[in-house]
Amino acid sequence: MEYLMIIVAGIFVNNIVLNQFLGICPFLGVSNKLENAIGMSAAVVFVMTLSTTATYLVNKYVLVTNNLSFMQTIVYILVIAALVQVVEIILKKTSPALYQALGVYLPLITTNCAILAVAILVVQKNFNLMQSVVFAIATSLGFSFALIVFSGIREQLDLVNIPKAMKGVPLSLLTAGLLSLAFMGFSGMVK
Amino acid sequence: MNKALINNLTKGILKENPTFVIILGMCPTLGVTTLAANGIGMGLATTFVLILSNAFIALLKDLIPDKVRIPAYIVIIATFVTIVDLVMAAYFPALYTQLGIFIPLIVVNCIILGRAEAYAAKNNVFDSIIDGISMGLGVTLALTLIGGIREILGAGSIFGHKFINSDAILIFILPPGAFIVLAYVIAIVNKINKAVYKG
Repeated sequence: MEYLMIIVAGIFVNNIVLNQFLGICPFLGVSNKLENAIGMSAAVVFVMTLSTTATYLVNKYVLVTNNLSFMQTIVYILVIAALVQVVEIILKKTSPALYQALGVYLPLITTNCAILAVAILVVQKNFNLMQSVVFAIATSLGFSFALIVFSGIREQLDLVNIPKAMKGVPLSLLTAGLLSLAFMGFSGMVK
Repeated sequence: MNKALINNLTKGILKENPTFVIILGMCPTLGVTTLAANGIGMGLATTFVLILSNAFIALLKDLIPDKVRIPAYIVIIATFVTIVDLVMAAYFPALYTQLGIFIPLIVVNCIILGRAEAYAAKNNVFDSIIDGISMGLGVTLALTLIGGIREILGAGSIFGHKFINSDAILIFILPPGAFIVLAYVIAIVNKINKAVYKG
């Protein structure tokens, strides 16, 4: 039940993009085509789950035990950057097909603030390892859900005739606003 | 003051405004701007990190090997973010709670890494500091503007002073309002920039 709550909250109620405003850059940047959105989503699910696990362990066994919690931000960003590099190298060697699909999205992920945010949130919420992993998976699925729905809408909007000043980013943001309004329907579902 | 310096100092306000024109650092722009005061706080924190990281990267650019420059920049930026984080937690606890997770997330704010890579890595220390001030000013103005609009429409107050007693349009301080206000402000800035800097 506890895990179910985390999953529903992560995907719908506290959707990381539309409710928490994290990961907006890839949300606006790679949502122009459905195909790109799916690739990015898969990469985020993969990296977020791994990085949250890694930073959780680093925090518990290195930072907290040595009284170095104030180094959290610096250490986390380095762990994430290193992890993304390692994942890229391993994928290239072991699974060329997967590398083909995710390769271009991996370097972009280091600057996706959602990844660092989830790593920090897990500490703030005092989750244990299992809860952290479930939280990371749910949050990244929420990201994917929002991104894929959004890219579907944007593909249609490209064909619409609108005022020049609204073209591009303003229209995307407005669309995101309406999508966020729709997601507010879920609020209150989880306390 | 010569003309190049003034240009460098004012470019961040409208012409190359990092938030409205270059469209970087969207997460804090949307996330913390429920009140004008939060916008100022976040803007100043970002400005502080921008100026110091620009200065140090310009200072160290010849010592950093080209291949590892991005990780090196991130460590420099993360250091200043940690300083802001600790200082704010100690002296401005109320603001710190309001801004929450967005303070450590200044590390991954693309504006800062963007200026490091695009400006500080190629220019001298003095120019890079001016660039940091200019861009920081742009961010602070942008966040304050968005925060102000959302506060006026959504809470019926300006900097915490209430000017209407009835309920305001609540949607503007809720998440959808952030997207909608930012969308229209960017559209208006696009229009103004086109008129001012055409050709």
